[in-house]
Amino acid sequence: MSDHSATLFLIGASHQTAPMDMRERLALTPDKIESFHAALGALHGLREITVLNTCNRVEFYGVAESPAAVARLQETFCAFQGMPPDAFAAICRHAHGRAAIEHLLAVACGIESQMLGETEILGQVKDAYAEAQTRRTTGPVLNRVFQKTFQYAKHVRSHTAINEGQISIANVAVDLALKIFGDLSSTRILLLGSGDIGEKTAKAFQSRGATSLTIASRTLGHAMELATTFNGTALPWEHVTEKLGDYSIVVGSTSAPDVVVTTADVVAAMKKRRAEPLFFIDLALPRDIDAAVAKLDNVFLYNLDDLAKIAEENLAARTAQVVHARQIVGEKSEAIWKQIESQAGGAFPLHRVELPR
Amino acid sequence: MPDFTDRTWLWFATAFYLAGFVLGTIALLRERRQSLALTYIIVAVGWIIQTFGLYQRGLAVKGCPLGNTFEIFQFTAWSAIALYLVIGATFRLSLLGYFTSLLSAVLTAVSLAIPAWDATRRVGAFGGNPWIEFHAALALFSYGVFALLALTAVMYLLQVFSLKKQHLHGLFAFLPSIRDLDHINLRLLTAGVVILTASIAVGSVYWLQDLDKVNLAKIITTLAVWAAYAVVLCLRLKAVLISKKFAWTCILLFAAALLSLKPINSSRQPLPSSPPSAAVK
Repeated sequence: MSDHSATLFLIGASHQTAPMDMRERLALTPDKIESFHAALGALHGLREITVLNTCNRVEFYGVAESPAAVARLQETFCAFQGMPPDAFAAICRHAHGRAAIEHLLAVACGIESQMLGETEILGQVKDAYAEAQTRRTTGPVLNRVFQKTFQYAKHVRSHTAINEGQISIANVAVDLALKIFGDLSSTRILLLGSGDIGEKTAKAFQSRGATSLTIASRTLGHAMELATTFNGTALPWEHVTEKLGDYSIVVGSTSAPDVVVTTADVVAAMKKRRAEPLFFIDLALPRDIDAAVAKLDNVFLYNLDDLAKIAEENLAARTAQVVHARQIVGEKSEAIWKQIESQAGGAFPLHRVELPR
Repeated sequence: MPDFTDRTWLWFATAFYLAGFVLGTIALLRERRQSLALTYIIVAVGWIIQTFGLYQRGLAVKGCPLGNTFEIFQFTAWSAIALYLVIGATFRLSLLGYFTSLLSAVLTAVSLAIPAWDATRRVGAFGGNPWIEFHAALALFSYGVFALLALTAVMYLLQVFSLKKQHLHGLFAFLPSIRDLDHINLRLLTAGVVILTASIAVGSVYWLQDLDKVNLAKIITTLAVWAAYAVVLCLRLKAVLISKKFAWTCILLFAAALLSLKPINSSRQPLPSSPPSAAVK
């Protein structure tokens, strides 16, 4: 199979090629998936197909007998989503052969992700492949391509720092908490206020093992509402100061004009905590926690700027790894392609085709 | 088995400890996490070789090899590594292996590099009494525990510095959590005090039997070290001495304990002029 062969193809759109409103129109929602696969089954000349459908991309990796088969897939998808073919053509990424493998591997490594180096995408690619296997739409080419992709994606992640360090404020805060407490399952977290960023941080803590979450808001009703969402408890605002020492992590996200936790409050709380550290995450503007508490022994304070700076540094570190990661992706996709070529030599017929544009 | 002297085996052990440190440094410079398994294996092999070297020395001197400064340094390093092999496996502290291999490489290399420390040794330093040997071995083992405590205290201070000053990359990225380090420090301090207490209890039976042979300077120094660590343990348990102050106290106390080895060692009976088993095979 020469490099110009388009037997193995990729077509699709992602955050890199399409704006959000277009991606919303392209997304294959759960109610559409069954009927779309039924439509794919009726397509002539499509030997193998895997659909990667995430919030940021819809991509088809397949093996077609001819360019006409790929064109039919594209037309079917546009008709299914009610999108004019010209509009889709304007945002569609096409690749074939080795380039398609290289793109898939780069996607699996997180290099093509909106949040550079994120790890969730590998699981999504695995899910897509597993679903294709369940539907029996994979064959010798895609099986080899995807299985090798999973193997090499791990290699890229372990040989570069592409996914090291958190790049979202909430996850940076959780990482810092892990540096202080090691394990979050036994830590008690107090969320002050019901701000959006505080909520996101609470979610991040829960996703990393935190089980005890208390919400305090000036309006007890808001606190109780949020507590229900997070399966936590609500604390009346007037009890925050006296209960401060019961918590290991305090997240401030109120809209209060002045500080709500003073140095004197923290000094009193630390007497209650004995040798246990206390971690403040101040996400509020104006700030909720008196900046002077950072000087206290065994007390750690990070505000919004601190967290944003760390996230930016981590992103810069990841970005610096992209060139190295792409180099490995190039080498490994070449290796997969050579295996496909040698396998194609006798195992199954392949045609030289040109993809539709 | 090759026909090496005990010192040659101990040099080999030092080389392994040094290799653990060098590999750890390379990993840190590349900002990669040091392999726990690799560190553990390298340090464990070094420890086995050191054990064999000390065993050879013990056979030659017909007793526990604690007869001169060289042997005391070797035994302290051996104790620290023995503890790391237990703690490192339990807590998965790859960076502790890095620090322990550095400390042991320094202690063993310095002791080997200064021939005067091994030029003479006391013959029958323990009067042929196995209980006194046991007492001395326990005491030095507790020093190994305190050495490791000083290292984990340094790691604690580094982690606090990292979090307070927001230096989170490089070496700092691989440090264990503040709480884990604090728990380890407390356990090591407790273990060290228990072992030193047991050592003093064993020794006191001998002292009480033969008060004439007791060296007052040695007893006062030993009891002072024991009392200092016991007081620190009580203060830590009562949460009076915590966090950075506790860590600094552990480091300074170990430095003082190391310095106390000299008066303890020199207070024993005079060294013979005959050469020791420096070339023991």
